[in-house]
Amino acid sequence: MKNRFEKLFVTSVLVVGGFLVSIPFIWMILSSFKPEREARMMPPTFWPQEFTFEHYINLFTNLNFGTYFINTMIIVLFAMFGLLFNTMAGYGFAKFKFKGKEVVFLGVLATMMIPAQVSMIPVYLLLNQMGLTNTMAGIILPGLIAAFNIFLIRQFMTTIPNELIESARIDGAKEFRIFFQIIIPLSKPIIAVQAILTFVGAWNSFLWPLIVANDQALYTLSVGLALLQGQHSSSFALQMAGATVMVIPVLILFLIVQRYIVEGFNTTGIK
Amino acid sequence: MNHKNALTPWLFIGPAVLLLIAFSLLPILVSLLISFTDMNLIGLRNWDVISFVGFENFIALFQDSLFHRSIVNTLVYVSIGVPLVIVCSLSVALLLNYMTNKLFTFFRVLFYVPSITNIVAIAVVWGFLYNMDVGLFNYILNTLGFGKVPWLEHPFIAKISLIILAVWKGIGINMLIYLAALQSIPRSYYEAADMDGANKLQKLRYITIPSLSYATFFVTVTTLIGWLQFFEEPFVMTGGGPLDGTMSMALFIYESGFQYNDFGYAAAASLILFVFIIVATLIQFTFNKSKEN
Repeated sequence: MKNRFEKLFVTSVLVVGGFLVSIPFIWMILSSFKPEREARMMPPTFWPQEFTFEHYINLFTNLNFGTYFINTMIIVLFAMFGLLFNTMAGYGFAKFKFKGKEVVFLGVLATMMIPAQVSMIPVYLLLNQMGLTNTMAGIILPGLIAAFNIFLIRQFMTTIPNELIESARIDGAKEFRIFFQIIIPLSKPIIAVQAILTFVGAWNSFLWPLIVANDQALYTLSVGLALLQGQHSSSFALQMAGATVMVIPVLILFLIVQRYIVEGFNTTGIK
Repeated sequence: MNHKNALTPWLFIGPAVLLLIAFSLLPILVSLLISFTDMNLIGLRNWDVISFVGFENFIALFQDSLFHRSIVNTLVYVSIGVPLVIVCSLSVALLLNYMTNKLFTFFRVLFYVPSITNIVAIAVVWGFLYNMDVGLFNYILNTLGFGKVPWLEHPFIAKISLIILAVWKGIGINMLIYLAALQSIPRSYYEAADMDGANKLQKLRYITIPSLSYATFFVTVTTLIGWLQFFEEPFVMTGGGPLDGTMSMALFIYESGFQYNDFGYAAAASLILFVFIIVATLIQFTFNKSKEN
């Protein structure tokens, strides 16, 4: 009897908490389909009385969101190359012995301590020196490598048996063939999780595009949305539509793959 | 391990290491250098006009009342936000750990979602919710008989408003860390406690919480570092206002650097933030060690 009461209590606390947590999302989506006047109405309507797509059309026809979307996808694409470099480095640190390995690996880990807010000024100056400010390359390069990802991938790859690599070498396989045909297929679980997190990180990237891009043609969705918020500060329904465009793709992707992420945490060694 | 060519490992780690040197290690050196200069927009085009100014930037920072304000605000963010994130994410994790079924899996996803959502989008949405005249929060308070709350219009309340939003976003990832830790506590501990007749609260106090000390340590350090860099929320929602009430150190650095193009000054401020982060981390580590002993 007591147990049943407890179950009911825990469940109802979670239901209330879950509802509170989802209010911003619910309100964002509902408001984005209301005409501006209705979105500002007091008392507000819950369900849109007059259902409209005008804000979404406006975003993509007049407000450059198409360009921002393409730029964001370019960043996502290159972030995947970054993931390849991270994976290669993880393999290098996991499965090779070489002079100076410990020092280099410690150096890699040390970069985790350096926050973006500390490196943003010097990185901007360096990019400027290389002539990369206001270019796509300048936006992409600073965020390409993540030491923490190298660390996680290395941890996973140390569990791959050396004999597999050795016998491939004896069969005369080239090093990069071993990497692509043996190591990567064996590391699928960790790479899948990393690929999703890399996608989310690149999709959400804000600081570097904000600093490096002066030209609206190079803006990403998040920078474009911040700009929209500044320029149309009282067009709430329009802002909600912009936010929805940013949030929904990640939400859908996450709902499809959430099992791997939420469970992936058990295998990343944080216990 | 045998491999013929000593270069092979470097082919694998080379690209990542080079990029890290270029965009992580080298910048710290550059930052150290320019923080002692008067580097600005003119200096960016013509290096000859940059001059060495010694500790002038640091002295000016210690006299800059806006920088003081940003430090105080950041400390307020950290001292309220970090404990709140820990308490909330631990509570949610404990509740979610109570049962395993479809509904609880759904809630786990639901509480995690804010942490993968774009921070600019979140700030835009919450900016609407917090709006004094047409926002949902004030409407709800109004129907409950309360007056209008100046969520983003009052220097102190605005800080709290930003903290609420950031806690909402911060629960997800830390809750997952706690859940993983909870699931690794051996069942036998609880069975032994049951035999001794311990009640639920005693089990929580003497088994669960102590077993989570490593997770708590990890969550505290990462959350602390994250909150010291509080940036996007004030940047998008308040621009540091009202009356600089939400100005954070990170936002101060951004504004000095990219709005006033005072790169030397901004670099000096960023090094002070870096020292804050290192000190906070070291304190955490020593505290954790002494607790273990």
